[in-house]
Amino acid sequence: MSIPASASPKPATETLRPAIPALAWIPRLLRGRSRRRRVPWIPICIIVVMVSMALFAPLLAPYSPIDQTLRDKLIPPFWVAGGGVDHILGTDAFGRDMLSRLIYGARVSLIVAALALTAGGGVGLVIGIVSGYFGGAVDNALMRLVDAAFTFPAILFALLLAVTMGQGLGTLVLAISLLLWASFARVIRGEVLSLKQRDFVALAKVRGCSSARIMLTHILPNVLNTFMVLVTLNIGVVIIAEASLSFLGAGIPPPTPTWGLMVSDGRGRIAEAWWVSLIPGIAITLLVLSVNVFGDWLRDRLDPRLRQL
Amino acid sequence: MSGGEFHGKPLLQVEHLRKYYPFTKGVLLAKTLGQVKAVDDVSFAIEAGETLGLVGESGCGKTTTSKLILNLEEPSDGRVLLHGKPIHGLAGAALREYRARVQAVFQDPWSSLNPRMTIGRTIAESLIVTGWGNRAAIAERVGELLDQVGLRRDQITQYPHEFSGGQRQRIALASALASQPQLIVLDEPVSALDVSIRAQMMNLLKDIQARSNVAYLLVAHDLATVRHMADYTAVMYLGKIVEYGPTQALFDNVTHPYTKALFSAVLPPRPDRREEEIVLAGEVPSPLNPPSGCRFHTRCPFAMAQCSREEPPLRELAPGHLAACHLLTA
Amino acid sequence: MTDANGDIVLDVRELQTHFFLRRGIVKAVDGVSFSLRRGEVLGLVGESGCGKSLTALSLMRLLPKGGARTIHGQVLLNGDDILTRTPREMREIRGREISMILQDPQTSLNPVFTIGDQLREAIFRRSRARHRDLMREAIDALRRVDISAPEQRIGQFPHQMSGGMKQRVVGAIAISGHPQVLIADEPTTALDVTIQLQYLKLLKRLQQETGMAILFITHDFGVVARMCDRVAVMYAGRIVECGPVAEVFDNPSHPYTQALIASVPKMTGSTARLYTIEGQPPSLMDLPVGCRFAARCPHAEERCESAYPPSFTVGAAHTADCWRMTAR
Repeated sequence: MSIPASASPKPATETLRPAIPALAWIPRLLRGRSRRRRVPWIPICIIVVMVSMALFAPLLAPYSPIDQTLRDKLIPPFWVAGGGVDHILGTDAFGRDMLSRLIYGARVSLIVAALALTAGGGVGLVIGIVSGYFGGAVDNALMRLVDAAFTFPAILFALLLAVTMGQGLGTLVLAISLLLWASFARVIRGEVLSLKQRDFVALAKVRGCSSARIMLTHILPNVLNTFMVLVTLNIGVVIIAEASLSFLGAGIPPPTPTWGLMVSDGRGRIAEAWWVSLIPGIAITLLVLSVNVFGDWLRDRLDPRLRQL
Repeated sequence: MSGGEFHGKPLLQVEHLRKYYPFTKGVLLAKTLGQVKAVDDVSFAIEAGETLGLVGESGCGKTTTSKLILNLEEPSDGRVLLHGKPIHGLAGAALREYRARVQAVFQDPWSSLNPRMTIGRTIAESLIVTGWGNRAAIAERVGELLDQVGLRRDQITQYPHEFSGGQRQRIALASALASQPQLIVLDEPVSALDVSIRAQMMNLLKDIQARSNVAYLLVAHDLATVRHMADYTAVMYLGKIVEYGPTQALFDNVTHPYTKALFSAVLPPRPDRREEEIVLAGEVPSPLNPPSGCRFHTRCPFAMAQCSREEPPLRELAPGHLAACHLLTA
Repeated sequence: MTDANGDIVLDVRELQTHFFLRRGIVKAVDGVSFSLRRGEVLGLVGESGCGKSLTALSLMRLLPKGGARTIHGQVLLNGDDILTRTPREMREIRGREISMILQDPQTSLNPVFTIGDQLREAIFRRSRARHRDLMREAIDALRRVDISAPEQRIGQFPHQMSGGMKQRVVGAIAISGHPQVLIADEPTTALDVTIQLQYLKLLKRLQQETGMAILFITHDFGVVARMCDRVAVMYAGRIVECGPVAEVFDNPSHPYTQALIASVPKMTGSTARLYTIEGQPPSLMDLPVGCRFAARCPHAEERCESAYPPSFTVGAAHTADCWRMTAR
């Protein structure tokens, strides 16, 4: 094996940048003292826990998330005076168990994330590849569409959809997909533009491949890395988008628990019953942070050259 | 024009080929400021089993010429004929037929292979596209090709990053040979390789040519490589052929001033061989605005008044050996 | 060629630069010694992976980050071992006493600054001259490297210039500090043949004017023949042959040198099959005990595999590390 002669010093490895500066100790924790590849175990555990919550909700939740027991309303979490082990994380204004709602809420958040990323990411991927590969008029037209999508006030549009089409899972997924596709398209297009310069693309043409075949068998596998990184980096965006829309009342209608809705429910009582908003808020933060850190690690693992993402 | 007589039609004919790229400025209302005359009236022919070396420096148009022959670009004027039939404007089955007959190997071994495909799949590409046979038949053929280029059959499932530069070029060659082409365009096939690996690759190319009678269009900047591999040599400058002839004849009797400068710039691998050194003044002019008359006159140490006014035609100075220079008639 | 009777300005002794990776230690430069005199051009020839570029970086102490360390040896610049210098001291030395030109002119120049800015920055570092003087000196520097109309060029950006011109600007920046040693790492590999000739003549002229010593790294024997007074051939991290250029070409003693010269297509002679070297260079993580070329050498004997050959003198100032040389 021979070392390729490198004539310039490589840049120093980047430090992980946390999404919220106050929690900077988490990345430092993960860095470790040795030069081992710093697998982000804590975020991975958090992600696994939350995915399990989503998958096994009926088994894990102690109570039903929607049963209202007004007698039990606004019980604080167990570590606060007045709380108890019956309801570990307390109850909300309707007496619904917070833990159960949190568990079932994970399910909604993750389903929405999965669907929106598939739809929005998928559309963005296809448009990015087609636009980048063909260039010219096609590229111009599609990129103007992308520009339009960026300038459009997404949240307002989502609210508009909710009003006209009615609240529900479908509307929410559609709204969030529309948020996502443009950024995917733009990034993937950039990748494709540089890929196109590689000789193997011209050679594929010389071997007789049609444009469709080239895009499918040559371009697509080479942008998948970028695509996966984009997906992980956007999970946070989707979850927050869902939470925001639910908070604004344009998401999944009650009584289905979603974390955003839960935060919204506790709005009026932050002073006395802080746990109603804070606990789902912390859950959102933890999940988004974990996914971001994991996404950064995945990006570096797969290809440090994607650092600009 | 090919040296000597040809039996029937030559394999490839290039007739007065031109490729101009419009040079535009402005975003909304793109104004065409001029044309980049990348290839400007090039003609030559290649017989079956022969190698034509296309030599020149950057900007001379040799790469554009090879792209035109590979049908990766459309000519602005002129035509390319394979077995007498024009190759541009083809579609469907006729185009596929052409693609099977004319293949390519490019310069950069790190860019020529799809990093996400096994080399077996890459080599089989032209077979898969034409539905040449079933899986087993294709696998067998790929095995044969690996044998031919000196790689092991068991490497068929490996990925490009597991191979060295020289091995990758061999894989690229195997991919080009899959469809049993009659002509392979070799665009600087060895210049990115180490010295000792170049020798291996050149020997391999010649062996394959001897065995299968494939013709090569060898685009190269290194004269020694061309001397070793090409039967005929064409020297290009700013989109035109300035000298052409059977390699030995041309090398023995270098005529055109540019060719002379090129040859004198080839550093002898021996310190005492000091031929007359012609150092050209200035830079290569832009193909956007090539000099009037003979394109080389701005840098030519022998330029006369006529040279800036009239473009010299290619004139035969010996059987098959042509050069475009007014000095020939002076 | 040039008068190379000056004092030794650069003396490299047993230089070792290894990469310390998880998988093992890559001994990329493993005991390299040579000396460079004032006014001399020494060529360092070898194929990719032999360690020539890394040797250059080791001399400049610009090793890539990620496990590369110079663990042994001395680099005496005018008698002073620069391997022991602090980073701050090295920054003063680089550019002033020892300078480097790299292969790719594209990446050597900053695309967002004019070449005038980049030249003036280099000149300022050395001399702290006043602004108007800087401009004048920069224009002079361009003129010295044969760039026509330097007053106009000074305001241009790198992308507005051709490869050959960029490489000349790079050269101008490199010599602006009047270095005593210039390391040129394949400076003409990316240039056209006729441009290469122009550039080499320029380099030679500058060298004769300033008397600086040049370490010229290349894989091209033709360049060596044209430019160099002496040549050292590198293989698998060590120098296997070293001597005056005419000597080495007339009488290549190490089998690797012979094989290399034989495998290059020539402008004269037979065009039949070229000589090729069987096999691959050894892995730098797993080097053999004996001669590193033994596995591929057509003349290998038993003693070649058991111990690494010392340097034998095979001619005037000409050495080769090969056991077969004991007969001479």
